[in-house]
Amino acid sequence: MSYGIRLHVWGDRACFTRPEMKVERVSYDVITPSAARGILEAIHWKPAIRWVVDRIHVLKPVRFESIRRNEVGGKLSPGSVSRAMKAGTTAGLATYVDEDRQQRAATVLRDVAYVIEAHFELTDKAGPDDSVGKHLDIFNRRARKGQHFHAPCLGVREFPAHFELIEDGQPLPDAHPAREADKDLGWMLHDIDFARDMTPRFFRAQLKAGVIDVPPWQGEEVKS
Amino acid sequence: MTAIAHRYEFVYLFDVTNGNPNGDPDAGNLPRLDPETNCGLVTDVALKRKIRNFVTLDKDGGPGFAIYMQEKAVLNNQHKRAYDALEIKPEDKKLPKDEAKAREITAWMCANFFDVRTFGAVMTTGINAGQVRGPVQLAFATSVEPVLPLEISITRMAVTTEKEAEAQSGDNRTMGRKHILPYGLYRAHGFVSAKLAERTGFSDDDLQLLWNALINMFEHDRSAARGEMAARKLIVFEHENAMGNAPAHVLFDAVKVQRAEGTEDRPARNFADYRVSVDAEAMPKGVSVRELL
Repeated sequence: MSYGIRLHVWGDRACFTRPEMKVERVSYDVITPSAARGILEAIHWKPAIRWVVDRIHVLKPVRFESIRRNEVGGKLSPGSVSRAMKAGTTAGLATYVDEDRQQRAATVLRDVAYVIEAHFELTDKAGPDDSVGKHLDIFNRRARKGQHFHAPCLGVREFPAHFELIEDGQPLPDAHPAREADKDLGWMLHDIDFARDMTPRFFRAQLKAGVIDVPPWQGEEVKS
Repeated sequence: MTAIAHRYEFVYLFDVTNGNPNGDPDAGNLPRLDPETNCGLVTDVALKRKIRNFVTLDKDGGPGFAIYMQEKAVLNNQHKRAYDALEIKPEDKKLPKDEAKAREITAWMCANFFDVRTFGAVMTTGINAGQVRGPVQLAFATSVEPVLPLEISITRMAVTTEKEAEAQSGDNRTMGRKHILPYGLYRAHGFVSAKLAERTGFSDDDLQLLWNALINMFEHDRSAARGEMAARKLIVFEHENAMGNAPAHVLFDAVKVQRAEGTEDRPARNFADYRVSVDAEAMPKGVSVRELL
């Protein structure tokens, strides 16, 4: 773990949607490795590197809240865009919100805080001037200054994530005494395998002393 | 259009007097409440809706400012003018399978639709390029203090159907309910990413339009339910660097909303009961604050 980083992330709300309950969204109890990777990539990412989440510390008690919103059901169809492009006008190319309305509830997390422990690996896209030190420096510099590529979020974009780099040797932030220290969280999404037609891969998430050890991506414990 | 070169964050304060800023469909259209704190909530999508509606009114669907997600009430299709569309090979009728075509479609949508360029959109191309992440991100707005929803009963001197009239033997009166907040000052946080703006072509003019929309949108969103809503403050943080010069939460923390002196012991009923201060001293290097409202 020589290139490891630790990032403290927190926010008022979060929604790490369970794939089996994604219509009326229900969040997992904790952040998924996939969402944690997304936060790191929002701060720094290049095709030359791949983030690997090693450990997730859960600092706050797991609490939920329900929010129901008006959403639209449909997606934009590329066929109708092509037609509009050909016709050279945007007339008629629109979604009428009140015709395509769905009311959906979301069960989201309240007041979350995590520490993400992660490192990165160089991919085969790495060129001669991509060194581990360079990318680590860029990440640390940005995280220290609060810089990011786009604002990182806790699962969905309406729940922004605040973050702070935990420097080497610096202690972890204090955990809430009422937080869950041990719990079997069941099968949880590890990440999506984009190389193989977006196959989701799952692992058995166990919270032990407030920490989830994330198994290696190609490990035995990860099933698709 | 050249994209914006700086990252921005903003704090947006708006208030409501005797109205319902955002109804909760789960609670019979009561104003949204955070059950733990009793503070009021306004969702990000409610605010985005008003931004879209304002742009529709302001630009009237002019070139580059069409709105994809429309409400019928503001639909104004006949006024739409011809567009500076791209020259596209007409023979290609199939759905875009290749990435280049998908990108072309995405680029066209971004160039023509303000809301796609600003907030993003999802297109079903099956390729990742069909999904646009917009540079502008809004979080839920929360009231500064707990709010008190009131239920107001109202009467109507008419009925809808004949059957109802018969049941009332000609009395023809119905009761309805309105939910209002006597007063609530809400605070919303927003983010504008320069890097995502590069990808959608969100320009400085677009940014001006966004500020303009935030400042003026409630002026064009009057209704029986809303009561009096008004934008009160728009505090914008501009980072020198496109990636940013400081963490967002540090900037947000520099904006304090407190009760005005001598009003602490009674419920707030207007904006004068609050005092907004921006700690300019606490601004990190490379970040400039501007109060646009």
